[in-house]
Amino acid sequence: MTSDHILEAHELVKRFGDFTAVNAVSFEIERGESFGFLGPNGAGKTSTMRMISAVSQPTSGALSIFGLDPSTHGPEIRGRLGVVPQEDTLELELSVRLNLEMYGRYFDLPRRLLRERTAELLEFAQLSERADDKVDNLSGGMKRRLTIARALINKPELLILDEPTTGLDPQARHLLWERLYRLKREGVTLIITTHYMDEAEQLCDRLVVMDHGDIVAEGAPRDLISRHSTREVVELRFGTDSHEELHYRLAPFAQRVEVLPDRVLLYVDEGDETLQALHAAGVTPTSALVRRSSLEDVFLHLTGRTLVD
Amino acid sequence: MSTSSDERLGWPRWRRSWSYHATYYAQTWRGSVASTVLFPIFYLAAIGVGVGHLVSAHTGLVGGQTYLHFIAPSLLATTTMQLGEGESLWPVLAAVKWIRSYHAAVATPLEPKDILTGKLAWVVTRALATGVVYTIVIGCFGALHSWWSLTLPLIGALITLAFAAPLVAFAATVQSDASFALIYRFAFVPMFLFSATFYPVSAYPASLRPVVQFIPLYHGVALARAAAFGEGSSAAVLAHLGVLVAMALGGILWGRRTLRRRLVD
Repeated sequence: MTSDHILEAHELVKRFGDFTAVNAVSFEIERGESFGFLGPNGAGKTSTMRMISAVSQPTSGALSIFGLDPSTHGPEIRGRLGVVPQEDTLELELSVRLNLEMYGRYFDLPRRLLRERTAELLEFAQLSERADDKVDNLSGGMKRRLTIARALINKPELLILDEPTTGLDPQARHLLWERLYRLKREGVTLIITTHYMDEAEQLCDRLVVMDHGDIVAEGAPRDLISRHSTREVVELRFGTDSHEELHYRLAPFAQRVEVLPDRVLLYVDEGDETLQALHAAGVTPTSALVRRSSLEDVFLHLTGRTLVD
Repeated sequence: MSTSSDERLGWPRWRRSWSYHATYYAQTWRGSVASTVLFPIFYLAAIGVGVGHLVSAHTGLVGGQTYLHFIAPSLLATTTMQLGEGESLWPVLAAVKWIRSYHAAVATPLEPKDILTGKLAWVVTRALATGVVYTIVIGCFGALHSWWSLTLPLIGALITLAFAAPLVAFAATVQSDASFALIYRFAFVPMFLFSATFYPVSAYPASLRPVVQFIPLYHGVALARAAAFGEGSSAAVLAHLGVLVAMALGGILWGRRTLRRRLVD
């Protein structure tokens, strides 16, 4: 184990009976980076998160967190981690402040330190004004920020976030991203799972794409896009149901054509030129849009499916 | 936020879980304290004095005691059983499924066994406090006849643990609370009624008397009565203790398995 790796996983497997949720995945995470797991629901992300949170034991494979083995040093490892679960697990009947203080007690922190840190975290989560309100009365975005604040009560070296912004409106998501950038600047290592490609592109220095329990690609978002997709994508919609026929007709205009139920994607380097060529050839879509390739396209290329169904 | 070597309290992990429950209770204690004090007073006044008046008019003493004195120790036993039930079914299912507070706890240094120990230690704490209040109330009604009565809070705590431990273990295995109502109706209500709570075992036909031995609460009732009156053979007392301790230990071992399976698979 080199000193830069905060976490190393080698051939990790998680099985539940006959079902293999995680199928021999390997990855290494460096101190200070934000690392993402991108994939649709059921890809094995949450099972992987539970293993690297030192909560559930791998069925097989080797895992090292902070250089320690979670099967023998679970409590010590978890004492240095922060975990933001997919669903909030807050005490709804208690105040915002008490939720932070009581959770801090699990880490054996003295009361004086907890009071201090709770005040800091309320500020960080922009919840100072709501400190004495019952959690039940908070909005979804506020609850999410409180869950993140709670995960920071022990000043973790590594923060693990499972679908941090699922179910939030765009404004609440951006506010939350901004908080996560701030943590990253302060040197906290972040591990994030998401099925939102924009979130992965925004937040992750490096990520793996998971599908059916396997890692199908790994790299920085821009690298993955340049490796597995073209620079631009032309999205065409036609007022017809027979998109399949179009595949044959459009193939000469692009490096790759993907036919989706509601639209056709042409993978090209220069979208505007392609549009002109299509126009000249008499192809008349009802709508046409040129955009840059995204991780969604990478995922589509690697798995033949879209991320959010 | 940088890493720092924080000061720690040095508490064992189960005690942190106990403290979580205690803090939670401190937010919501008022109603339950009033009922803890008032319920035994009402109960002893209504059943002990009221029904006792009828009983003494018809049959005189019951098991060598006035009716009030006879039922006072069983009140402690039934109440501590109910405390064990009340803390163990719905609150545990909420913690593993609805609110998921135990899932939050296993993401910290706590292990499932720490959560179980802290939970049961907290339930026992409440039982001890309840037992002290009940013993004082029973004493005020003049129903304590022996220095062994001082062990009544401990007996109450053991009864609570004997029921709480297996119920926590069970609640950690279920997906819905459908079975809980059945347990209340077909286990707790009959136990409350038929554990020689309101009359001595001798009220049963001779052929039925041995069956009472299989009602767990009966052993709690018998133990509480033995302490209040300072009577009963040591063999019988040890047998009652043995049943309750076995339930508690069996429940703890079972709960360690079920909570582990539920929380960390």
